[in-house]
Amino acid sequence: MAEPYKIVIGLEVHVQLLTKTKLFCSCPNKFGLPPNSAVCPVCLGLPGSLPVMNRQAFDLALKAALALNCQIASHADQKPGFTKWDRKNYYYPDLPKNYQISQYDLPFSHDGFLDINVHPDPKKGYTAKKVGIIRAHLEEDAGKNIHDESGRGGDTRVDLNRTGTPLLEIVSHPDMNSPEEAIAYLEEIRLMLRELGVSDCEMQEGSLRCDANVNVHIPKADEPKGYAATPLVEIKNLNSFRSVGRAITYEAKRQYEQFQKDPVGYRIDKLLKTTAGWDDPRGRTEVQRHKEEAADYRYFPEPDLVPVIVTKEQLDAVKATMGELPQAQRQRLQTQYGLSPSDAEVFVAKGRKTVAYLEEVAKIVGDGKAAANRISDLVFPALNERKEEIDEFPVTAAAYADFVKQTGSLNKQDRVDVFKIVLEKGVSVEDAKTAAGIKAVDESALRESAKAAIAANAKAVADFKAGKDSAKMAIVGFVMKNNKGAPNDVVRKLVDEELAKV
Amino acid sequence: MSLTLDEVRKVAKLARLEMSDADLATMQKQLSAILDYVDQLGQLNTDGVEPLAHPLPVANVFREDVIGTCLTPDEALANAPNRLADFFGVPAVFDTDEPVSH
Repeated sequence: MAEPYKIVIGLEVHVQLLTKTKLFCSCPNKFGLPPNSAVCPVCLGLPGSLPVMNRQAFDLALKAALALNCQIASHADQKPGFTKWDRKNYYYPDLPKNYQISQYDLPFSHDGFLDINVHPDPKKGYTAKKVGIIRAHLEEDAGKNIHDESGRGGDTRVDLNRTGTPLLEIVSHPDMNSPEEAIAYLEEIRLMLRELGVSDCEMQEGSLRCDANVNVHIPKADEPKGYAATPLVEIKNLNSFRSVGRAITYEAKRQYEQFQKDPVGYRIDKLLKTTAGWDDPRGRTEVQRHKEEAADYRYFPEPDLVPVIVTKEQLDAVKATMGELPQAQRQRLQTQYGLSPSDAEVFVAKGRKTVAYLEEVAKIVGDGKAAANRISDLVFPALNERKEEIDEFPVTAAAYADFVKQTGSLNKQDRVDVFKIVLEKGVSVEDAKTAAGIKAVDESALRESAKAAIAANAKAVADFKAGKDSAKMAIVGFVMKNNKGAPNDVVRKLVDEELAKV
Repeated sequence: MSLTLDEVRKVAKLARLEMSDADLATMQKQLSAILDYVDQLGQLNTDGVEPLAHPLPVANVFREDVIGTCLTPDEALANAPNRLADFFGVPAVFDTDEPVSH
């Protein structure tokens, strides 16, 4: 680590759940509706209205908690599975009831962990690091305040469509030590929750929000712990993964400099936690308030909601719908198909549907690695260009497997051309080959040519047998010279096979 | 159980209520009386009584995730003291002590 300090990061993530309706009422849970059109007496907090828990929201939250390896409502002095909701009281215009229904002392899930990839080059390898999860609880979202931007102090406009949207709050232990680790954690959460259908995790639309708790440890031999720790700062207003990384880097450096100026006073045991906002255009954190005391939300049990007691049957039912999690998928693609860690990562990061496509092609082609390479070569660029998702792609996995089989002997450019025709015209591979002016390759003639080349290049063969791998290329070149336009990879394969016989 | 004036002042601030000193003194008396009343529960012997996290012996009440009827914006805003187009209008929040999110 280049910096003379260790960064310590804990993240608090809020995700909106992908339910049809809100957490406690049957108003639609949908982004972008006209203002105050998705509201009812419950989410407006009108007197006499009562909340009723959305079963789907609770099940999605359970699914997320299980994926985060959490304990499910295992609380001392309570029945196993017992969880309840509490009122968190504060006054703000986006909160019409003046309290948020949240969970305080008996959250439905707690004490989990998430493995993240902390390999120096995450595209190339995988080094797992466990990030502890303190708790994940289910609460309702608040509405949206739209402040007057004119600077003339005009009234704030309040849209309450968002009030009551189911929200899962996931609180990590301060187990991350670099901006990269924080981003890896967020990426893994997003991938997992998207694949599970728990949340679409769109930071732009606010369905994933993140606050970062940051401080730094400065090594000092004469300290009891061997280091001095700066006071905690909670950074808010983080609007992208990139800004999470930038804000952490900035804030850590700022705290270190502050400590240099005041090594006695600027310490975690001397100052309370403060809140700072990230100013993205300016690239800096602005301390918003000093907490004189812990926030006083005067929690008390929500009398309008009854508790939930999670049963084993309910847990089993949710588990049965989870499917394979990304981490297990990465491992399996490597062991089952011999994919490299980086290839496995590429497919897993694109989601389950892409992995399913790969597996179907692999099954038909009979070679997972080749299937992965061919999909990366042609399908991914085509999807990018056409701005399509894999399940909208006109070439099904079975059709693509057929294409791979029928074009194995073509060189790369020819394959690209044929695929373009297949994709654009929707014709058969055979017809596309004809249209591209590609003649069938006579493999047996090429094999004869390879044999002749081996016979004619005794020195190269001897060099190759002596361990000089590059000598093989001379033989391949010889064959290519005599067979203009022959597919390079087929020639290589044949030369390999024939060399093995020598 | 008596509340100090500072405690009353704090509760008022948390409730976003502005109060004169005279009001604070009245509230101090009244709130203390309420607390005293509730405090009578402390006289009960609760030895051997299991702690209760919720008063109702009912659990697991759910509703299905099915969209119902909403109010129209006009209905929703009917009682708003200050309507700005289809929004509730509120005075700008200047209190910088107030966190942006909770």
